[in-house]
Amino acid sequence: MARGDPRSELAPVSAADLPVPSRNGQRRMAEPSPAAEPASGSGPADISRPAVTEPAVGPEPAVGPEPAVGPEPAVGPEPAVGPEPAVIAEPATGPEPRSAAEPAVGPGPGPAAEPDGELVGESDAWDRRVAGALAFLRRRLTGDYEVDEFGFDPELTERVIQPLLRPLFRRYFRGEVTGAEHLPAHGPALVVANHSGTLPIDAAMLTVAVHDETARHLRLLGADLVFRIPVFSDLARKSGGTLACNPDAERLLRNGELVGVFPEGFKGIGKRYWQRYQLQRFGRGGFVSAALHTGTPIVPAAIVGAEEIYPLIGDLKPLARLLGTPYFPVTPTFPWLGPLGMVPLPSKWLVEFCPPIDTTPYADSADDPIVIFNLADQVRETIQQTIRKLLKRRPDPFA
Amino acid sequence: MVTDIPRTVVVTGVRRFLGAHVAARLAADPRVGRVVGIDTAAPGDDLGAALGDGVEFVRVDPGLAQLRSVLADTGAEAVVHLALATAPDPQAGGRAAMKEQNVIGTMRLLAACQQAPAVRRVVVRSSTAAYGASFRDPAVFTEDTQAREVPRGGFARDILDIEGYVRGFRRRRPDVCATVLRFVPFVGAQVDTALTRYFALPVVPTVLGRDPRLQFVHIDDAWEVLHRSVLEEHSGTFNVAGPGVITLSQAVRRAGRVAVPVVELGLSGAAAFVKALGMRGLSLDQVDLFVHGRVVDTTRLTTEYGFTPRSTPEAFADFVRAHELGSLLGMGRVAAAERAVLDGIRRARLAGKRSLDGARRPS
Repeated sequence: MARGDPRSELAPVSAADLPVPSRNGQRRMAEPSPAAEPASGSGPADISRPAVTEPAVGPEPAVGPEPAVGPEPAVGPEPAVGPEPAVIAEPATGPEPRSAAEPAVGPGPGPAAEPDGELVGESDAWDRRVAGALAFLRRRLTGDYEVDEFGFDPELTERVIQPLLRPLFRRYFRGEVTGAEHLPAHGPALVVANHSGTLPIDAAMLTVAVHDETARHLRLLGADLVFRIPVFSDLARKSGGTLACNPDAERLLRNGELVGVFPEGFKGIGKRYWQRYQLQRFGRGGFVSAALHTGTPIVPAAIVGAEEIYPLIGDLKPLARLLGTPYFPVTPTFPWLGPLGMVPLPSKWLVEFCPPIDTTPYADSADDPIVIFNLADQVRETIQQTIRKLLKRRPDPFA
Repeated sequence: MVTDIPRTVVVTGVRRFLGAHVAARLAADPRVGRVVGIDTAAPGDDLGAALGDGVEFVRVDPGLAQLRSVLADTGAEAVVHLALATAPDPQAGGRAAMKEQNVIGTMRLLAACQQAPAVRRVVVRSSTAAYGASFRDPAVFTEDTQAREVPRGGFARDILDIEGYVRGFRRRRPDVCATVLRFVPFVGAQVDTALTRYFALPVVPTVLGRDPRLQFVHIDDAWEVLHRSVLEEHSGTFNVAGPGVITLSQAVRRAGRVAVPVVELGLSGAAAFVKALGMRGLSLDQVDLFVHGRVVDTTRLTTEYGFTPRSTPEAFADFVRAHELGSLLGMGRVAAAERAVLDGIRRARLAGKRSLDGARRPS
């Protein structure tokens, strides 16, 4: 098992391309893969080189064929993408095909939502949606919903948070997911991903990718900074996050959850644009010891696209110190354009989940630093190689 | 694990609600021979009535000598220490008196127990305040979790001192079974604490952008655990909480209150605000609790005692029922409003459809 060689990793890619929902994705996917195959076999390749296979994809025409995906219009219909608490008052009536089609895994339509039948002859979809939304509103108003011991609120996540994030991932970033078959349908797994993008948008997008592919919730482990900031701490807990510490990670894994972690932390998310797609150091490997203690498989995941959303070109250290943050970002648009500079650039996103790494053979050496470092290295190497492979599939960041 | 039942039980703090009820329950149990309730002052009329005839009351001075003689005279085999003040009482000496009672009182009692050869069992009331509450803490505290920061606020620090004395006592009297029970806040029909008064406010102040996870234990279950700790042998430290979690916003909504988020201008500011609302007795550690929340693991209690307290949501629902809260924005009213709105929309749609059909038919 262990370290998949580059060729065996490539195999599932072409097969997994099929379920990709993006419209122009399929066509473009088929083209670069033959060119990419020999290139990735020969090790690290220049990021910009495979652009040869895509003849006329300058930054301008790339946005052209997808008129609905212009940076502004895509965000337009969903103005409340930001974490405003006010959105709670407006439940999932939004025309999200997925949320409407899947009648919520959690508590279904409440008892009061039973259609009367005689008023409206056929209980059409619209009626069900209104009834569902009203029942949802009632449950929220009266506190009639469940949260788990970490503060995770599945109903809020499924009906409000995910439907708001999904268009951002699917339409704005044209996100494509491969290798989802490596995520277990049930039982615990530790998803380890690279971290980038100045703001942790990649974490939110990863939860969308996992939820869409497996209908499971990815329980993220977040830095303590997240839990220091008011509103964010609240949103993080409600959407399934908790503090990145071993007791919490192991507790979640023992409960059979799918746990997501970004071992690079601020080193990864706050790196400069010219360091993009270079994995940073992996800390002390606490995530490996959590997986070893619980005998959980590790699923490395590579996220490509987040590096370009806020190209970090500078850091105002005094301001960061004043605010108590690890850095104060300077991007081509922020802070120059004010709040408008907070709009992420519409890069093209690819997410790939790699084959799981079984940790049960090392269960006895859960506290052996050598084993932990080796495993952490293996995970890191897998992610780095997958990133290179994905970059070849996506020669133009804004295509 | 029912072993020899102590013939004589001494309960401290019977002037207080918890002590009086635990003593009365023990006295009502035919297996327990004699129950002696001690305190520095006689209980008031209502709690005196709760104590009933089964409990012998002995007034003691805070000094060590009298405690020692009470334990020797009664031949106490079990001591239940419940004489803890959770909040300073300005009429009775404020914080200094509270610390005196909690810390010095516990120290003296344990010293007296140490010198009483008949004592086989000591049960001490503690609190999950010992864990503190901060953004750097794990989501769920087990009994072995060390607090990342020394908790702020008088009561939490008192608790740490008290548990320290119990550890010392265990070393010196290893033959005595010492039980430390870390309780989460009590709720119940008759419970009157800062927290229950808080939920009785018509408009409940909360901290903006914070929705702490809370846990409660039903007072009946707390009594049951204390009762079993006296009758059975359970050595160690146990979290006592209703399983499950309720967030503050959920609790406020279930109690039918309206939350008013207050900006978190430094926590002392929030404390001052809470004080201004006339809620004396909400200390800094409780403010931390209202910002970061606290959840404890009760696996050890459940496996050791073979008893699971009713869940936090159930306990809270019972509290809401007993206090007849929930009238402001009751579940029934909201459900009725929901049906009304839904019916209205359906009628409007039906009418729209009929008029559309009507318009179409002649054409």
